[in-house]
Amino acid sequence: MTETPLIGGAVQAPVDTRLAGARIGVVTFPGTLDDRDASRAVRLSGATAVDLWHADTVLADVDAVIIPGGFSYGDYLRAGAISRFAPLMAKIIDAANSDAKLPVLGICNGFQILTEAHLLPGSMIKNDHLKFLCRDQVLRVENNTTAWTNAYAAGQDITVVLKNQDGQYIADEKTLDALEAEGRVAFRYVGHNPNGSRRDIAGISNAAGNVVGLMPHPEHAVETGYGPAHTGTDGLGFFNSVLNTLLGDK
Amino acid sequence: MSEISTESTKKFNIDTVENAAATPGVELPWAELGLKQNEFDDVVKVLGRRPTAAELAMYSVMWSEHCSYKSSKNHLSQFGKKVTEEMKKDMLVGIGENAGVTNLGDGWAVTFKIESHNSPSMIEPYQGAATGIGGIVRDIISMGARPVAVMDPLRFGAIDHPDTARVMHGAVAGIGGYGNSLGLPNIGGEMVFDAVYQGNPLVNALAVGVMRHEDIRLANASGKGNKVVLFGARTGGDGIGGASILSSESFDDTKPSKRPAVQVGDPFAEKVLIECCLELFKGSLVEGIQDLGAAGISCATSELASNGDGGMEVELTSVLLRDPSLTPGEILMSESQERMMAVVSPANVAAFEAVMDKWAVEYSWLGEVTDTGRLIIKWDGAVIVDVDPRTVAHDGPVYDRPYARPDWQDALQADVFNGSTADAGRPTTVDELKAAVLELIASPNMCSKDWITNQYDRYVGGNTAMAFPDDAGVIRVDEETGLGVALATDANGRYTFLDPYHGAQLALAEAYRNVATSGAIPMAVSDCLNFGSPEDPDVMWQLAEAIRGLSDACMVLGIPVTGGNVSLYNQTGSTPIHPTPVVAVLGKFDDVARRTPSGWAEDGQAIYLLGTTADDMDGSEWANLRGHLGGLPPAVDLERERELGQILINASRDGMIDSAHDLSEGGLAAALVESALRFNTGARVALDEVAARDGVDTFTLLFSETQGRAIVAVPRSEEVRFNDMCTARRFPVSRIGVVDAAGGALDLQGLFSAPLEELREAHEGTLPKYFG
Repeated sequence: MTETPLIGGAVQAPVDTRLAGARIGVVTFPGTLDDRDASRAVRLSGATAVDLWHADTVLADVDAVIIPGGFSYGDYLRAGAISRFAPLMAKIIDAANSDAKLPVLGICNGFQILTEAHLLPGSMIKNDHLKFLCRDQVLRVENNTTAWTNAYAAGQDITVVLKNQDGQYIADEKTLDALEAEGRVAFRYVGHNPNGSRRDIAGISNAAGNVVGLMPHPEHAVETGYGPAHTGTDGLGFFNSVLNTLLGDK
Repeated sequence: MSEISTESTKKFNIDTVENAAATPGVELPWAELGLKQNEFDDVVKVLGRRPTAAELAMYSVMWSEHCSYKSSKNHLSQFGKKVTEEMKKDMLVGIGENAGVTNLGDGWAVTFKIESHNSPSMIEPYQGAATGIGGIVRDIISMGARPVAVMDPLRFGAIDHPDTARVMHGAVAGIGGYGNSLGLPNIGGEMVFDAVYQGNPLVNALAVGVMRHEDIRLANASGKGNKVVLFGARTGGDGIGGASILSSESFDDTKPSKRPAVQVGDPFAEKVLIECCLELFKGSLVEGIQDLGAAGISCATSELASNGDGGMEVELTSVLLRDPSLTPGEILMSESQERMMAVVSPANVAAFEAVMDKWAVEYSWLGEVTDTGRLIIKWDGAVIVDVDPRTVAHDGPVYDRPYARPDWQDALQADVFNGSTADAGRPTTVDELKAAVLELIASPNMCSKDWITNQYDRYVGGNTAMAFPDDAGVIRVDEETGLGVALATDANGRYTFLDPYHGAQLALAEAYRNVATSGAIPMAVSDCLNFGSPEDPDVMWQLAEAIRGLSDACMVLGIPVTGGNVSLYNQTGSTPIHPTPVVAVLGKFDDVARRTPSGWAEDGQAIYLLGTTADDMDGSEWANLRGHLGGLPPAVDLERERELGQILINASRDGMIDSAHDLSEGGLAAALVESALRFNTGARVALDEVAARDGVDTFTLLFSETQGRAIVAVPRSEEVRFNDMCTARRFPVSRIGVVDAAGGALDLQGLFSAPLEELREAHEGTLPKYFG
């Protein structure tokens, strides 16, 4: 029998010591903004965050990669258009397409970079209302079999932060039909389409399910007191999912 | 690094110091550059000869109102004098540096400052507002801090005036476009519409940064032989004379457009500059650092040199240019954004260059620190500036401008709202009171600001514990301990117009109350004093009274002013804006987990009203809606504010309250509606008892703007303890209602019940209706 702790908050869940062995890289480009946030989310999930620099030419033995949000190179040309040529991106593209199927998550600007890098289809244009929009957004998990969504239930609604200027997902009808048919629509906006995205699509995956991109920010909903409505932690599932994948639990 | 074309250095007829000495009779365009005759004469006296064209450029910008504070200096000194030892104990760096620094404990320090970017934002709202954010953020970096948040108090003309949409859309998009690209959460601010700001919108910007004590940096150039480097964006033709021509004169239709004096921002360059500077600080690679803002290189060289222990010698042709046709004077005056100047010891030059190269930031070595006590600037080897840097940076003119209480002030104060024609038809019936509440919460100044704040990123950084519409923005500083800061800005131009001394104190009182309402302990003040022309004795009196009032109030509340900014000449023709001293208060949390949000969340909690209500309708939002402005603003009772603050802070720390919202503009009516809409949770409220206690009618209880009040939500289990604390402190408190999550309405019992959806529609519909 264990002793009752004096202070409720001090009790900790048993730590899975295997988690810290998982190395998850977070890429910084000039103009990246949410890199520290992505690293914090990785740490809160129990894994080890590894800083990656866009000009690096090696992947530093990471087990997964997150391309965080921001305005890389100012997004003056087209969001993600320059970043996708970074030396490190070539390594990430190779690893994502290799047999090892490196898990890659692109958040916001990261999603835009993944579409520019052709790891994911389609593109993002300016929000239909033409303004930057920051809000707490409900998403539906449409596919819970990818490397980044397997900790969620299919059809589960989660609330995370949305904040972007160029968030309107577009693709031709054929591509959209194929995404739907192959179950590659990972997330859809619920209640309110905040940017005019085709078919309410908030995030998609590649065919193998190891590469996922979405416009909203799960890394801003991982810690009580700092997420949606001061309380939301629905975003933690992304980081738990990739640990499930890496540790072979799912 | 690219080569500087030697061709470009030849084509100017350079006015050297030697030439100036030999040609005393040359006519110089000092008036066009904004200098007055007596000021030009002073320059000649200081130099013992006529200035060169380059020297004239430097003195004209550095002796401008914007840079020299020549009209306000005599009064501003009160902020430094009315300070007790107790108030100084946490002040690590005071007024005079780029921004003041306050000790947070545990080896942490915080720096914050508020500044104006009013005139540029009128002319070119997007760039004006954007570069306002950029400039204040560079001030914070210059102290060695990592910027962690921004805020922006905004004041525009009448909401239905055709030009308001132009300024509003541009300014909000500019603040968002620039601020969102820096990765700094925007955690609050203000939004006021009033016709007095039609030709002179106020766009103020605040930034806050944090650092370890050992990382504090100052703007000084010391150590003979140390190298002077300019890095960041190239120098262009934008913003030439911004400080002197733009910010130090009134607008006048007869003069040509001043658009070329507005700077153009590049937020990506600023973001890279922030990261680059932080890496420099981490490696202790700079001895002194200064941002380039108003007055550009003139300001940076003269301030660095005069704050150091020697002199400085720089070669101006080494400056990297966007436009090779710029003259030496233009280069000295250019206010191109995203530039920094640093002093680097020879041993660190290689390491400095490695950091620049990593971030792909351009830089050029301009010269070095000397021991001559002179600031020497050369153009291709020829001396074009040879001055004592103190005379440029610190010994500018100081004016004791005449001021007098305006002869219309008495009549204004005698014109009270109660019983005035504007007060005819005051709501009394239940239906009228409900309509009045809906009208108030939908009014331009009291409506939801979501349309604006949703265009700003409030989450980036992951440390935002509270943001607008909460009473204060709250940022976690230390992720291990939860140490953090709270910030609020406030001002009420109408109150200050009615009574500048007390109006300025009311601004401080409200910001103080907002910080305490969040649960933080108020520690320091920064102010942005927005006024009309100091050459008008009426305006000068308003400024003098506001500064006197603010400095007196800081003494009573025990919190020092650590920095700020004065913005004068905010007037169109002979009509000044309302005197608008925007006051920012910074508070401290030992653990931000204890912060108190402004909305109700838990069903069944008891709602208490702290403080008493008097008939304070003069200058109120209600009187404003009825087109009345006269009488005296609400009475200031700073001791009462202190007591209220202590109750709110203790209650937060000890877990006695789960929600708190201060009462200010819009009174109890606005506070109740905002508390309900924050988390979409209604309440049942009964006002009879408290109205009887205070001897006021229901209308007055709902709409009066008496100070020193707040509403709090108390868990049932804490009610006895909370009541005991208030009783022990003899602070008036009354239980006025209960949070009712299931009801879905704000039920004012015996009056009316308003469904939350109806309130929300009224509150949130206004800005989209006007601005799309």
